[in-house]
Amino acid sequence: MEVTTNRLKHCNLITVKGRVDSATAPDLSKAIAQSTDAGDYHLVIDLGGVDFLSSAGLRVLMLAQKTCKRYNRGEIKLAKVPPKIKSALDLVGFTILFNFYDDVVSAVGQF
Amino acid sequence: MHLMEHAVFPGRYDSLEIICDLVTDQATKAGFDETAIYAIQTAVDEACSNIIEHAYQGEDKGSIEVTVTSTDDCITINLADRGIPFNPANIPEPNINGSLDERDNHGLGLYFMNKLMDKVYFEFSEQAGNTVTMVKCLHHPH
Repeated sequence: MEVTTNRLKHCNLITVKGRVDSATAPDLSKAIAQSTDAGDYHLVIDLGGVDFLSSAGLRVLMLAQKTCKRYNRGEIKLAKVPPKIKSALDLVGFTILFNFYDDVVSAVGQF
Repeated sequence: MHLMEHAVFPGRYDSLEIICDLVTDQATKAGFDETAIYAIQTAVDEACSNIIEHAYQGEDKGSIEVTVTSTDDCITINLADRGIPFNPANIPEPNINGSLDERDNHGLGLYFMNKLMDKVYFEFSEQAGNTVTMVKCLHHPH
């Protein structure tokens, strides 16, 4: 798994690639925490390059969304979620916890 | 019943990707489509993660024995460990409808396994330890 963070004018763009499972989810958690620990709670996470996301990855996203939404200070928006991963998110009711965007520009433009 | 693969892996999280690749190869040979293969990958990943987290209570405590068999229409994946007995009845159902604040972290893996595979069953014996058996069939409506 690879995670890169770009600081944009109104949000941070976190791009994730590869496999997010119990082995790699802690690294995703750390990468997101680098933003939230710095007070950046407006985040777009680009999942377009992710080929596998297990429940360990879902937990990271859910806990991070809780952190960002606390006190109405921000939100995580998900961009370019591959269809098979969107189906998995739907199966466990995660699609009501996030806003989804087909491309990064649309997601970033919402902040 | 045709034996497709049998291998033993260390009970570590970095084994997950290797086990996933093994099962993916066999599911592809058996003729499953991309959606079904992703379902199988997810179920196997969650089952192995549960073995490491719950049965072994951490990494490097024991091994995971993977056996893949097939019939004409179905693939069967059997995962065995020597950890503490795992009883799925002790795992609460996840809250999948609540608000963000009402959600917690528990039960998603087992829920995925049950939803994505056609059959899932757990056994424990003093001799064999824990085994979880998961079946996916080509022409099942799931």
